[in-house]
Amino acid sequence: MERKLILRGALAGAAAGLIAFVFARIFAEPQIQAAIDYESGRDAAQHELDHAAGLPVEHAGHEIFSRTLQANLGAGAGIVLFGVAMGALFAVAYAICLGRVGKLRPRNLAMLVALAGFLGVYFVPFLKYPANPPSIGHEDTIHDRGNLYLAMVACSIVLLIGAVLLGKRLQPRFGNWNATLLAIAAYVAIIGVLMAVLPSVGQLAANVEEFGRHATETPLPLTDEKGTIVYPGFDADRLYAFRLYSVGAQVLLWGALGLIFGPLAERLLQPRKANTEHPEPVHNA
Amino acid sequence: MSNLSAPTSVSTPVVVPVSRAVMWLVGTAIVAFALYYFIGVDQGAYSIFGKDMHIHEFVHDARHFLGFPCH
Repeated sequence: MERKLILRGALAGAAAGLIAFVFARIFAEPQIQAAIDYESGRDAAQHELDHAAGLPVEHAGHEIFSRTLQANLGAGAGIVLFGVAMGALFAVAYAICLGRVGKLRPRNLAMLVALAGFLGVYFVPFLKYPANPPSIGHEDTIHDRGNLYLAMVACSIVLLIGAVLLGKRLQPRFGNWNATLLAIAAYVAIIGVLMAVLPSVGQLAANVEEFGRHATETPLPLTDEKGTIVYPGFDADRLYAFRLYSVGAQVLLWGALGLIFGPLAERLLQPRKANTEHPEPVHNA
Repeated sequence: MSNLSAPTSVSTPVVVPVSRAVMWLVGTAIVAFALYYFIGVDQGAYSIFGKDMHIHEFVHDARHFLGFPCH
């Protein structure tokens, strides 16, 4: 049974990834291209400034893949494989939850696990370290930023599992509704403290040293030595659009994953499609 | 939402006894995390193939969409 569930999870994940990719290709890709153009223009302006000041000018390395390849095949493969990975992980969580989290229909459980995946893997980490288009993010800090992001993802997933276990423990004493609310409150409180304690990317030592104290790495206007703006800062509306589409792609991915997996699992678990006659339900504490 | 909270008459029995399925569940989770790592992290914060950038450049746009930190 677990193999059948995992296979269905991976397939549902691939389909969900494809849907998310089509959305991202249409809406987010133009934002990525615009951000890359901004970065190129900014680099050119920086070269001019360095040249005028008599500083050594760095030359950008050559591209390994063309933009067309990156935007279509690369992005497609990346998102579809991400969908497969999340679908497989989703199926593992689903298989463990089946029959252990109270009276839920297979389809409803699928939607709840998908919601948990969306929150745990993407959205809660996003609240602290949001998705950024190209040109936001300094090369020197990638190691720290990567670690902080992964720590945030790991903590949000572990705490979410903890919240489910806590809810199950509280349920006999407080009832379903109140136990759920208490578990959510505990999750929000702990993750909130964690978000407050972890540094923002702008506060990383390498950034403070080079750019001063800022909350993020979003490029500010480029100025010459007289303080005149020679190149604008990153467009705020573009950043908003990119992040909105990034969230949109993930909502689609996890939503489609739950919606595709749910009926597949229901057919697998209740082959005769009967709600009344059921192979003797095993009551589990 | 009413659908989710409405009590159902059928409770789903434990379908997958973890003791028997543990190899498959753990194995799948490891493969999934490895995939997650290569799509999102390798040749960025960490790199197991040294200074090569092929994976990073190939899935570059996906990394940005999916919320991973990138250069």
